[in-house]
Amino acid sequence: MVAPQIDYLAILPMIIIAAAAVLGVIVETFAGRGARRPIQLTLVFGSVAAAFGALVWQSGTRSLEVEGALAIDGPGVLLMGLILIVAFVAAMLLAERQLDPAGDAFAPRASALPGSADERELTSRGYLQTEVWPLFLFAVLGMLLFVTSTNLLIMFVSLEVMSLPLYLLAGMARRRRLLSQEAALKYFILGAFSSAFFLFGAALVYGFAGTIDFGGIADALAAKPGETSLIVIGLAMLVVGLLFKVGAVPFHQWVPDVYQGSPAPVTAFMAAAVKIAAFGAMLRLLYVAFGGLRWDWEPLLWIIAGLTMLVGSIVAIAQTDIKRMIAYSSVAQAGFILIGVSTATAEGLWASIFYLVAYSFTTLGIFAVITMVRDSGGEATRIDQWAGLGRTNPVIATAFAIFMLALAGIPLTSGFIAKFVVFEAALAVDAVALVIVGVLASVIAAFFYMRIVVVMFFRDPGDSPPSVAVPSGFTTLALSISVAVTVILGILPQPVLDLIERAGVFLR
Amino acid sequence: MTTIPWLTILGVVPLIGALVLLVLPRDNVRLIKQAALVCSLAALVLTVVMGLQFDADSTAAFQFVENYPWIPAFGISYAVGVDGIGLVLVALATTLVPVTILAGWNDVDDGRSVKGYFALILVLETLMIGVFAATDVFLFYVFFEVMLIPVYFLIGRFGGPNRSYAAVKFLVYSLVGGLLMLAALIGLYVVSAQQLGQGTFDFAALVGLDIDPTTQKILFLGFFIAFAIKAPLWPFHTWLPDAAKESTPATAVLLIGVLDKVGTFGMIRYLLPIFPAASEFYAPLVIAMAVIGIIYGALVALGQTDMKRLFAYSSMSHFGFIALGIFVFTTWSMSGSTIYMLGHGLSTAALFLVAGFLMQRAGGSSAIATYGGVSKVAPILAGFMLFATMSAVALPGLASFVGEFLVLLGTFARYVVVGVIATLGIVLAAAYALRLYQKVATGPTSPHVEGISDLGGREVTSLVPVVLLTLVLGVFPGPVLEVVNPAVDRVMDTIGMTDPQPALAPAGGDQ
Repeated sequence: MVAPQIDYLAILPMIIIAAAAVLGVIVETFAGRGARRPIQLTLVFGSVAAAFGALVWQSGTRSLEVEGALAIDGPGVLLMGLILIVAFVAAMLLAERQLDPAGDAFAPRASALPGSADERELTSRGYLQTEVWPLFLFAVLGMLLFVTSTNLLIMFVSLEVMSLPLYLLAGMARRRRLLSQEAALKYFILGAFSSAFFLFGAALVYGFAGTIDFGGIADALAAKPGETSLIVIGLAMLVVGLLFKVGAVPFHQWVPDVYQGSPAPVTAFMAAAVKIAAFGAMLRLLYVAFGGLRWDWEPLLWIIAGLTMLVGSIVAIAQTDIKRMIAYSSVAQAGFILIGVSTATAEGLWASIFYLVAYSFTTLGIFAVITMVRDSGGEATRIDQWAGLGRTNPVIATAFAIFMLALAGIPLTSGFIAKFVVFEAALAVDAVALVIVGVLASVIAAFFYMRIVVVMFFRDPGDSPPSVAVPSGFTTLALSISVAVTVILGILPQPVLDLIERAGVFLR
Repeated sequence: MTTIPWLTILGVVPLIGALVLLVLPRDNVRLIKQAALVCSLAALVLTVVMGLQFDADSTAAFQFVENYPWIPAFGISYAVGVDGIGLVLVALATTLVPVTILAGWNDVDDGRSVKGYFALILVLETLMIGVFAATDVFLFYVFFEVMLIPVYFLIGRFGGPNRSYAAVKFLVYSLVGGLLMLAALIGLYVVSAQQLGQGTFDFAALVGLDIDPTTQKILFLGFFIAFAIKAPLWPFHTWLPDAAKESTPATAVLLIGVLDKVGTFGMIRYLLPIFPAASEFYAPLVIAMAVIGIIYGALVALGQTDMKRLFAYSSMSHFGFIALGIFVFTTWSMSGSTIYMLGHGLSTAALFLVAGFLMQRAGGSSAIATYGGVSKVAPILAGFMLFATMSAVALPGLASFVGEFLVLLGTFARYVVVGVIATLGIVLAAAYALRLYQKVATGPTSPHVEGISDLGGREVTSLVPVVLLTLVLGVFPGPVLEVVNPAVDRVMDTIGMTDPQPALAPAGGDQ
């Protein structure tokens, strides 16, 4: 028995996050109630920043690590870096304690029955919990592993490491507890279902290839052309598992409920980071392991991309709740990223990554604003409650309008360049029909994005207009970063485009 | 090539003005307005200084050229420059902005709105200059799309009771066109990447491409629909009457007088040179759309009961003439179309502003039936109105006549039947314009206009430049034609068209 070769430096970012997460659990157990928050915040921001530093330090590494289980390659490093930055900004939203008069966005004790005397008691005593932080770090760890895993087993394990904490976090909203718990349960059950799909698919692929390594699967495909029925079924099941995580049609039913019920900062983290991780994993799986089957999965992805864009955009029009509208919009956005994925070219890979960068910061910003617009019952999420926000709070409304313009793909915002690069990648492989569908969906989507702008700027405030709570520096900073990235990527995208292109393609 | 970046300076001046407006104190409304006016006048002076340096005999395609890489990954540059056509349209924009600011002096009252209103107009001016000056197709697209946002806010925040509906309709229509154009634009880029190795959006490089006819036909449609919605041509026009009716007169002038010209400008600048084969293929279709638009617009205008909607339909009829002139492929008609763009911009400005002044005095109604006998109560206003309607009818001696004449001259030289039908449009124009003037200005005085004041000094000042330019262009079109003709000749060269042997006396009888 030979001990496995592990280059600990190359996987230092994961080690840092994992260690901090474990430490976080210990802190919850042993530190006094008052000391927990400062320790946890130091741990979280410190570890994410340190992991990012380690990543930059080691960014020259291009190798398969841990006996070929993890690929520290260009796109992998890039996606890990993006996840860490997004996590850092999302953590600022999670750390906010000035917006809700009762404390933060989380239930004092998630296990207390909604509406019970227990819960009232805890709330009136002003209990605040810090358990979210270790959960948050474990989710980040899962994401880092997810985008670098190069075998099906590691990919499955990291999928679970990423998802389980998120199921819990989804159920922790302080307000509208029932909706939150429903969201958590729904997310968990459907998530478990999709994990099962993934696992079954992995088993079938193993049955065909005799290996779970992506490289080995590609070799087996090349060695046995023509005998593909088993592996095509396996691939389809794997892809279903991943499409569920990105919220593509027809696996999107959980998205609106979960986005609406979860605490808004958690939704922000979920909407931005999970999409990056799941698309990163999907890209690696399809490009590295199943590149040889691209003629089978390309048409399938075209159809799903088209459906996702159209269904997301059309259903979003009918929404009256801003969180649900953004949820459907994120479904539609997933469709646009799928255009890039479906091209099976390096250009498509880069286009997808750029889209993820643009989309994730815009989404963080959107939820930052949503946490701030409140009435006495918590966040004011009915769209008509936002009437006249442009008159009463022009700065916040303008920021939100910029995000809406970005999602609608208006030039001089990051969203436009993102659409441009995915359309360009698609037209380069002659996917004209897909681009036409994308254009149609963009127009439909623009309609509901602009409707928010209409409500905010062209309508007079209603009888009981929501107030915009004054946030602490955390949310202010997160919002400023989001606006800045959205605008700068729209005007000067070249450095980021260069960075992505320099990352090259996946190793195998 | 000059060392002074004229176009960039010209474009940045209004933008800086808009920023200055935002930091001015909110309660000093007068100062805000004055700053906006000064800023737009500065841009006008710059345009004049720049225009005087324009060399009409130059052999270069574009003058005042600047070119800096912007997004090299996709061959995108910040590249600007103007030919004769671009120059006169930039001049139209910079002329009409101060006019509208002066005319719209009292459109909005409270401090915050005043700031927003005039800042948006100035931002729009920057974008209008950019869209006519861009020589990188991507840059053109960016200006083309971003322009929608200030207009959307100008209509949606400061317009009439149905403004939000009109603004959304305008936006959605424009986005449909814009996104189709985006798809075609990227398609063009992909073609250029296949042919040149490295993709580009540079106008000159794209003109040099040899695109196969089938691809040309598909890409042409993407651009054409965007331009046809913008212009707007029949049957893409239905957003225009709503937008015109709900916006303030100043916004309507900029929207119809200048912005809609981007559509016809795009046809002459981009469609013809980049897709010559497809342009020839689709020419009969476009000509048919143009002629239908001329007649349909005029007929519907005849039946309107609302002044602003009448102007919108009459504009649609005029846009038909402009598109017709472009797609019959003669030097006369294309020069004529360019002059017509100027003439129409000026006559639209006159019509909307006079109507706006009248409406402000009579409670804001734009229904024709509200008015009557204005000439007795407010003779100066009625006089300007008569001039504006004559300009819309294209009375000889006025700018639009030169354009209309040249367009028809070119049309008759190629397609006599089309020319005859289009001429009918002129007759109808006379009918709806005179009917409007007759109902509003003559006859018994309507109770709504009883005792209204005549035009004041500010209002007359805003109209006089428009009137003077209309007259000067109508009587001495020579200098402008000299500037425009080389650009038109170049377009004719690139599409490989020559003028048919004239059956009539050669062009120039009007000069």
